[in-house]
Amino acid sequence: MTQIDYSRAAKYFLLQDFALGFALGFKHMFRPKATVNYPHEKGPLSPRFRGEHALRRYPNGEERCIACKLCEAICPAQAITIDAEPRDDGSRRTTRYDIDMTKCIYCGFCQEACPVDAIVEGPNFEFSTETREELYYDKDKLLANGERWEAEIARNLEIDAPYR
Amino acid sequence: MADFFTNTGLGIGLLVTGQVMLILLPLLVCLAFLMYADRKIWAAVQMRRGPNVVGVFGLLQSFADLLKYVVKEVVIPAGADRAVFLLAPMVSLVMALIAWAVIPFNDGWVLSDINVAILYVFAISSLEVYGVIMGGWASNSKYPFLGSLRSAAQMISYEVSIGLIIIGVIISTGSMNFSAIVAAQEGAGGIFNWYFLPHFPMLMLFFISALAETNRPPFDLPEAESELVAGYQVEYSSTPFLLFMIGELVAVVLMCALVSLLFLGGWLSPIPFLPDGFLWMFLKMLFVFFMFSMVKAITPRYRYDQLMRLGWKVFLPFSLFWVVFVAFAAKFEWFWGIYARWPVGG
Repeated sequence: MTQIDYSRAAKYFLLQDFALGFALGFKHMFRPKATVNYPHEKGPLSPRFRGEHALRRYPNGEERCIACKLCEAICPAQAITIDAEPRDDGSRRTTRYDIDMTKCIYCGFCQEACPVDAIVEGPNFEFSTETREELYYDKDKLLANGERWEAEIARNLEIDAPYR
Repeated sequence: MADFFTNTGLGIGLLVTGQVMLILLPLLVCLAFLMYADRKIWAAVQMRRGPNVVGVFGLLQSFADLLKYVVKEVVIPAGADRAVFLLAPMVSLVMALIAWAVIPFNDGWVLSDINVAILYVFAISSLEVYGVIMGGWASNSKYPFLGSLRSAAQMISYEVSIGLIIIGVIISTGSMNFSAIVAAQEGAGGIFNWYFLPHFPMLMLFFISALAETNRPPFDLPEAESELVAGYQVEYSSTPFLLFMIGELVAVVLMCALVSLLFLGGWLSPIPFLPDGFLWMFLKMLFVFFMFSMVKAITPRYRYDQLMRLGWKVFLPFSLFWVVFVAFAAKFEWFWGIYARWPVGG
């Protein structure tokens, strides 16, 4: 003869779990929302956030990149392609700097490797496109990104500098 | 003029069409907002925001969704039985809609005041399962088929106990007409005269069975997103899918109306000196719908064997016992005759 657990049976028939769940659910209805209103408001980003790439310039307008190709060498996804030759004034510059954003794994090694802080991963993460081709970034696109995001990038680098 | 609408065939046809429109249009408009409310309540319980972009507070979300569904491409699987495949959602929607013919919204506000109204609703809601089965079968795919089989077994199981629960109410009233059932709940006590007090356990049973009958969580096994993807709706897209979805929601709202009419006194006012009216019916339906939404938000899905156990081993014996109990209580007027309402009602 099995023992009947009367209190458990009573809870079952009185829908105790349901009542408690209802109370809990009702209470949560009036709690502040845990989600943000995304396209209109965005969550906080760390200064170390690794988003869309950008090529930076010095304040005088000169490109930072000296075509050392360290980023190309370290890139684990081999997403970076660089061609370089001496410019008219004799300085060594890139003639081609392509990043295949579909290959990139956003590991941040390129910006770690860069001796002049030329290639950086900025705070932008909203760069989806409608075609695949638009994600094959070339030098112009990367320099344009650098101009567009320079303020944020410089601030992030400054905040993160003490930890490097 | 009155003669035209009561005697000529064309006039009667026009009159009935007008009355049908008078029920359908407000119903479908309300449905859009109920769908929105459902999502909002669900979101609120999970501390999300829910739809809030289309229109003020996202109020027009359902209309945007409707437009989206209608303009999408209808994909019919190559192996599907085209005729049945397209017929299924229509059956589902039409069956859900025609049950409203006998639902009164106020004293006398009913399209067809037939004396076996409950039986009619019961029969129609049993037929609803055909839409699901046809959809699942015609898709010629395994998940829809499994989903529709589950749905059929589930609906049949819970219809049995719904039927027995309704019998209790019918015995108390002595009539199957909804107006008579509501009239039987009228009295000096206001809210205390409604059937939810004498038939309280049955209110709970009816509500839970209604969840199972309309495939709502926690009994949404025919759809079971996590295992059957979406059950019988897997192969549906565009307008046919929309019809299924509307049909399902119409059935839910119908169940809200049934709970209001059978147990919560329909259009009767809960406080004796306030006037009765359509507004009370509307508020009660809203309240029941809110409970439906809350249940969706707070309960995890049942396992299939648990569902069957609950239906056959708990609900069926309990409601069967209740029918016998109500029969005796009504016959011998136990408990000051609260189970015998023939003098007041039918």
